[in-house]
Amino acid sequence: MLLITCPWCGPRAESEFSCGGEAHIVRPKDPDALSDAEWADYVFYRTNTKGDHAEQWVHTYGCRRWFNVIRNTVTYEIKAVYKPGETPAGGEA
Amino acid sequence: MKFSIFSIARNAMSYHENWQAHWRNPEPKSEYEVIIIGGGGHGLATAYYLAKECGVRSIAVLERNRIGGGNSCRNTTIVRSNYLWDEAANLFEKSMQLWEGLSQDINYNVMFSQRGVLNLCHTLQDMRDAARRVNANRLNGIDALLLDAQQVKALEPLIDISPSARYPIVGATFQPRGGNARHDGVAWGFARAADSRGVDIIQNCEVTGIRIENGMVIGVDTSRGFIKGKKVGMVAAGHSGVVAAMAGLRLPVESHPLQALVSEPLKPCINTVVMSNAVHGYISQSDKGDLVIGAGIDQYCGYGQRGSYNVIEGTLSPIVELFPSLSRVRMNRQWGGIVDVTPDACPIVGTTPVKNLFINCGWGTGGFKATPGSGWVFAHTIAKGEPHPLAAPFALDRHISGALIDEHGASAVAH
Ligand SMILES: Cc1cc2nc3c(=O)[nH]c(=O)nc-3n(C[C@H](O)[C@H](O)[C@H](O)COP(=O)(O)OP(=O)(O)OC[C@H]3O[C@@H](n4cnc5c(N)ncnc54)[C@H](O)[C@@H]3O)c2cc1C
Ligand SMILES: [Zn+2]
Repeated sequence: MLLITCPWCGPRAESEFSCGGEAHIVRPKDPDALSDAEWADYVFYRTNTKGDHAEQWVHTYGCRRWFNVIRNTVTYEIKAVYKPGETPAGGEA
Repeated sequence: MKFSIFSIARNAMSYHENWQAHWRNPEPKSEYEVIIIGGGGHGLATAYYLAKECGVRSIAVLERNRIGGGNSCRNTTIVRSNYLWDEAANLFEKSMQLWEGLSQDINYNVMFSQRGVLNLCHTLQDMRDAARRVNANRLNGIDALLLDAQQVKALEPLIDISPSARYPIVGATFQPRGGNARHDGVAWGFARAADSRGVDIIQNCEVTGIRIENGMVIGVDTSRGFIKGKKVGMVAAGHSGVVAAMAGLRLPVESHPLQALVSEPLKPCINTVVMSNAVHGYISQSDKGDLVIGAGIDQYCGYGQRGSYNVIEGTLSPIVELFPSLSRVRMNRQWGGIVDVTPDACPIVGTTPVKNLFINCGWGTGGFKATPGSGWVFAHTIAKGEPHPLAAPFALDRHISGALIDEHGASAVAH
């Protein structure tokens, strides 16, 4: 079980959280202008990184707020936790 | 060498010390007609059918570790074909028919056991969905029965069908031809059969790059050097995204941990394969006697071949509610695999935008049952350069065209 540090509540067990998948996917501003392939990329295609991965989590059974996590998908080590709109300390999101 | 009663008797006389290796361990050649990336069950089955059904002479299977060390040997071995939608039902039923003759065909006992698969229903809505699926299965010529709680109890005496149970059992669907098989045996059997038809199985050979010239694949870079290939098939299961990225392709696939565990061996007590979609647990008993129990995927992406304990706990607690007498059974081993999950819970099999490069992935939590069928349709796809009719609906671009095959809730449970 992962130990995840909620930016508002501190370290809590993974079972209090839900994973929202890859972070920083921006909803297209003008969907009508997209091709089918571009729309599919937004809705269905994911980077599926092997290594350091930016993902979103929500503290479902706590403060119920969303935040971002950089987690290694091989070791599962959590390298950074940061609030929406922030950049992780010492790196690119 | 052919396995038979005589070969066993002959080898018994020499104390079983003279059995020969089941497959060669060849050095890679500089060039092949077809290169298969990934020596799991699907890759090996593809190579076998390419050699046997499609007459391809020069084939290599490149495996970065040992063959069958991935999901092939980590799954809970459930085989069934009772999928709701025609496209999926036809594909998995083709596989079921191949299972039924497989041990004879490859002269290797894969211990295919048609003990039947129960999919439990806990609510009225479950029963309605089950009736719909049973009817759909029958229209597709697939064996399917709708049972009430008493009939479930008759098949599985240990199950708790009392109305006060935590997860009351209203009924179930039953596929008598479903069951399980020995997972390692399937990988080994296909490897041996492919090898005997001249396929080079090259272990400890990791593909590190896919070379493309003028939009056409020309070969692969590996940890053992460059190997030329006229055609290349990617069958890397959990690592499909990593391998596809070597050809500049992005996939509608995410890799997740999926866990399973087995108990200490017990006397026979579970007769069929019992699955429950609602509580996301499933259980069967191996011929050795251990209870084989599978969980759902962990919610996060993971390439670590392990998941979180709370997922196992979430599986074992309902199993104990369904089978109260198992509450004190001790668990022996627990492990995880990396499953490649698509948004519509259906595989991707077919061509890619790169000429002569083919893909077979996205089997997610349920591809063991498809091993022979997947190999069959993928072999034909590679040999002909166009999708096998059964594979055509599972094209890579269906998430762009919108022609999804939504088996998520529809097919009994995800395995
Ligand atoms: C816990 C668990 C339970 C499951 N239960 C069931 C079940 O009950 N019924 C069912 O139908 N399915 C089940 N599945 C799913 C099933 O196991 C998979 O869908 C299926 O095994 C995938 O195909 P494969 O056997 O070819 O995969 P694998 O055996 O994983 O083969 C892929 C191979 O590709 C190799 N590879 C990866 N990258 C490279 C590279 N760069 N170069 C060379 N080789 C590479 C890997 O090392 C691996 O050996 C389960 C899976 C798990 C993890
Ligand atoms: Zn919180």
